[in-house]
Amino acid sequence: MPDARAAVELRHVDKEFSKGARRIEALQAIDFTVAPNEFSAVLGPSGCGKSTLLNMVAGFDRPTRGDVLFNGAPVVAPDPRRAVVFQEPALFPWYTVFDNVVFGLKARGVPADERRARAAAALEQVGLGGFERSYPAELSGGMKQRVGIARVLVMEPEVLLMDEPFGSLDAQTRSLMQELLLSVWERGHQTVVFITHDVEEALLLADSVSVMTARPGRIKKRLAVELPRPRSLETTTSARFNELKREVLALIRDESLRAAREAPGAAR
Amino acid sequence: MPRRVPWFLLLPLGFLLLWHVAVQQRWVTEGLIPAPAQVAESWYRWIFGTPTRSLSPYSGTWVANVVYSARRVIQGFLLAALIGIPLGLFIGWNRLIARVVDPSIQLLRPVPITAWLPFAIAVFGIYDASALFLIGLGAFYPIVVNTTHGVRDTNLLLLRAARMLGARETTVLAKVVFPSALPAIFTGLRLGIGVAWTAVIVAEMIAVKSGLGYVLWDAYYVGRMDICIATMFSVGLLGFVSDRVIQGAALLLLRWRTLEAHA
Repeated sequence: MPDARAAVELRHVDKEFSKGARRIEALQAIDFTVAPNEFSAVLGPSGCGKSTLLNMVAGFDRPTRGDVLFNGAPVVAPDPRRAVVFQEPALFPWYTVFDNVVFGLKARGVPADERRARAAAALEQVGLGGFERSYPAELSGGMKQRVGIARVLVMEPEVLLMDEPFGSLDAQTRSLMQELLLSVWERGHQTVVFITHDVEEALLLADSVSVMTARPGRIKKRLAVELPRPRSLETTTSARFNELKREVLALIRDESLRAAREAPGAAR
Repeated sequence: MPRRVPWFLLLPLGFLLLWHVAVQQRWVTEGLIPAPAQVAESWYRWIFGTPTRSLSPYSGTWVANVVYSARRVIQGFLLAALIGIPLGLFIGWNRLIARVVDPSIQLLRPVPITAWLPFAIAVFGIYDASALFLIGLGAFYPIVVNTTHGVRDTNLLLLRAARMLGARETTVLAKVVFPSALPAIFTGLRLGIGVAWTAVIVAEMIAVKSGLGYVLWDAYYVGRMDICIATMFSVGLLGFVSDRVIQGAALLLLRWRTLEAHA
């Protein structure tokens, strides 16, 4: 039975890719549930298939076996109710910031006045008021990613899917963006699936952290992050935070040791 | 290097000097190749006419012939763009269309437009339609091929971004694929206009009785090498100018790209 209370649910999902004649098992027996208004982080090493997981929730990709459900119904295609923030900003370089932000509203047929008001509000929320007429090429990496966030916030999605959105930013910008995201989330309490390989980032932002194993990707453990909200960068210095961090790091270390033992190179 | 120095003039001037010396020193057979000064004078008379009434068929007819050729180039080129760009978009976008249409295009493409001449004359006669067919066909190939490539090069992430924002496929094609392919389309257009000028000369040499290509062939038959060379320069200049016009349009439409280059 699908969990009626879940916003997003993956049930016994396998995902295989064919590379020439070979089949590569990217994800294996994934059971993953995100409750409404939950900020859920998926943490794993690169190549563990966590982006594949997100792509299936977004509707870009289909599972080989199993079900991907959104509000209890199977995901068949991309939908603005499940908006995505990509690792790269993926802005349309030929459009201004404003035109990028209203792209989805236009596609949905929202009238021009309302588009302008909602775009202004979204840009204000990410701290980019006044940059409406700039082109993406004129912005820094962090600013581009803010536009990427604004253009999905403006759609008022039910679920925000974030695929290592701050992974390519420098450390300082990344902290700023994490704080920004926390403030955005405090206002809207959107359901979020947040993919990352950064332990501190996952613990700082999320209500739950699902730790994934290396290929084939499985969910090894799901931890509840019971840190008080609202959170800020200071949260990362608390004792409870560091306990959780030690726990997650131990899980990851076990996993890397196991992977090293089972790697074909190590067996010989 | 100082930017004010017009370095680009160095080679043309050197070439003119070499040409001049070659004629004067009789390195080339006398009377076969005229000196640059003589070509310049004939060209001048061809453009502006002779002060006294002249019997020369080349007196003051340059503009009329340029207009004939340019009109054919523009018409044939627009025809090629009007068919080539949408077709390229569909071939690049839709696998079924690509499978049906693309192989035929690739099979026909190696046939040089010169080889189409007899066919064109047989079907369209010694009329403008022959010339338009050849010019249009010649310009069509680079436009359709480059448009197709441009479409296929569209960043998958941008397609996904548009789809997750709720864009329908027609919107994706018009608002994402087309602008993304535009630089490649302009490459196709620049190559196409070059082919169009080649084709117009070939067509006018044989398939119609006016324009620069006709003058070139006619002048050759009556031994007016000065006019032949003046025609070559004329075509070169017109080709250069039309290429610049397209580049200008590209700069205007692709301003976001110049921003990227400076970022």
